[in-house]
Amino acid sequence: MSILDWFANKKNLDKKKSIKNIDKLNIPGNLWVKCPKCSEVLFSKDLELSYKVCSKCSFHFRITPEERIDYLLDNNSFVELDKDIKPVDFLKFEDTEPYEDRLIKAQEKSKYLDAIIIGTAKINGIPVNIGIMNFFFMGGSMGSVVGEKITRIIENGIETKNPVIIFTSSGGARMQEGILSLMQMAKTSAAISKLSSLKIPYITVLCDPTTGGTSASFAMLGDIQIAEPGALISFAGPRVIEQTIKQKIPSGFQRSEFLLDHGMIDNVVHRKDLKKTLKNIISILQAQEENK
Amino acid sequence: MAKSLEFERPLLELYDKIEQLKGLSNGNDNLADEITQIEKRAEKMRKEIYSNLTPNQIIQIARHPNRPDSLSLARLICDNFFTLHGDRVYRDDPSIIGGIGFVKKSRVMLIGHQKGHGTKENIYRNFGMPHPEGYRKALRLMKLAEKFGIPIITLIDTPGAFPGIEAEQRGQAEAIARNLKEMSDISVPIISFVIGEGGSGGALAIGVSNKMYMLEYSVYSVISPEGCASILFRDAKKADIASLNLKITAKDVLKLGVIDEIIKEPLGGAHNSWKKVASTIKRQITKDLNEFNVQSEQEIKDQRYNKFRQMGRFTS
Repeated sequence: MSILDWFANKKNLDKKKSIKNIDKLNIPGNLWVKCPKCSEVLFSKDLELSYKVCSKCSFHFRITPEERIDYLLDNNSFVELDKDIKPVDFLKFEDTEPYEDRLIKAQEKSKYLDAIIIGTAKINGIPVNIGIMNFFFMGGSMGSVVGEKITRIIENGIETKNPVIIFTSSGGARMQEGILSLMQMAKTSAAISKLSSLKIPYITVLCDPTTGGTSASFAMLGDIQIAEPGALISFAGPRVIEQTIKQKIPSGFQRSEFLLDHGMIDNVVHRKDLKKTLKNIISILQAQEENK
Repeated sequence: MAKSLEFERPLLELYDKIEQLKGLSNGNDNLADEITQIEKRAEKMRKEIYSNLTPNQIIQIARHPNRPDSLSLARLICDNFFTLHGDRVYRDDPSIIGGIGFVKKSRVMLIGHQKGHGTKENIYRNFGMPHPEGYRKALRLMKLAEKFGIPIITLIDTPGAFPGIEAEQRGQAEAIARNLKEMSDISVPIISFVIGEGGSGGALAIGVSNKMYMLEYSVYSVISPEGCASILFRDAKKADIASLNLKITAKDVLKLGVIDEIIKEPLGGAHNSWKKVASTIKRQITKDLNEFNVQSEQEIKDQRYNKFRQMGRFTS
């Protein structure tokens, strides 16, 4: 056994040990959750009440669209639109498993047809158009359905004059839909251009992670761009960059705070403050000046 | 012929032999007959090879070191081509070139990704992988063209936008996104040609156009087959399977409705005759500009918007 093998074995053993520990903590049921950042053990109920943010280190857990609706929108105000649009495997794409199978699995697991939901809702009484991406559905990747639904919620905003808010959480374009995934970047950006020319507010909230084709299109085109703390936001992911330049990347690189420092976003806002922040922004942008 | 492709090798060997025979023959009539016969055979072989190319072989042609680059094509396509530089904010990115000139009697603004030939030039051009300032330069030139009512031609040839620390710091994602948005609303016609590699968002960032063409042996893809293989297949060596799945050849992309037409290349690929390639592209530009001449600014914008609006496949 070479020394490298020994290290590899030891690493695996350590992994196994830590997995065992988590299992122990999770008994009974899922009462306890361990924070992936600071390892604090958190009581699930408390975590849910605190917007799924670690009470010790403020780590923002990734959340589902239902959770976001719950934390952010006025009670029962969300009306889902274009619910029935479904993805198709038009390329007959097959990697380690066929795209068609992947879709079925993701749909069963998440109870959604694709990686975004859109709809109208109210935030403190203000009507808004909302799009919420779902990272738990194939990494929130953008194929034809995501592109179409984003375009439709924007077009709906053009009709209703409602401000459009999109919560991004996506690894980028969906490879299994090939070149047509890429074209969704152009399609969504063109729709935003129309919205923008009509002076209807478009706000993006960048959540962990927002990368690739998503960040290089509708995510980075907000009139105002907000990020949740610690979110990974990039064009090329850290791993790709490391492979290209063969250098270790600095810590904190491509996180929300880094983007704020480099002038790419307007502000970083804690999840508990998102609702009042959005309400404030929209009411300022939409206020009618009196002495005009 | 130093830079040969693997699948072209038998063909090149045949041509070598022809050359040798020619040297030996010295006007000998017996040999001359034989030479013409071998030449015929070589021609036939070339046709056969080039009519049965796999996506993986097409990628090799698209990345051929002697493939015509944007700047050389610009000088062949345009009269009085004058290059324009810099984004006016940070620097001049050598990975993207631009300039003004005439195509026949029409003015054009030509913008393209720029690869190099040979190592030194390729390093200078960063292998055709732009930084944000490259896209910002491209946008500046497009706005300039719009101001003076000059149609825009873009030549696409990049492995992708550069993935690096500085590119990220300066907002690679923002630069690409902004180009997509602004290009969708430009009031002059935009005509794009994928001349080599159409690599993902870095390619699209100068490709939101009214008319879109691909050279016969170019590729256009959401991700490089190598990247796709390492992510989805967990093995970068499976790039050939990935390239089959991704449907990246001109024929496939045409079927998916993303491009308008395929531009024929000279037999044996564009690297065999830059002039021929340039004159085919030139002909297409002239033809299209005549069509756009009778259209209003609004019609041009609407046509572009509607083209991208209907892209995507789903059911409901």
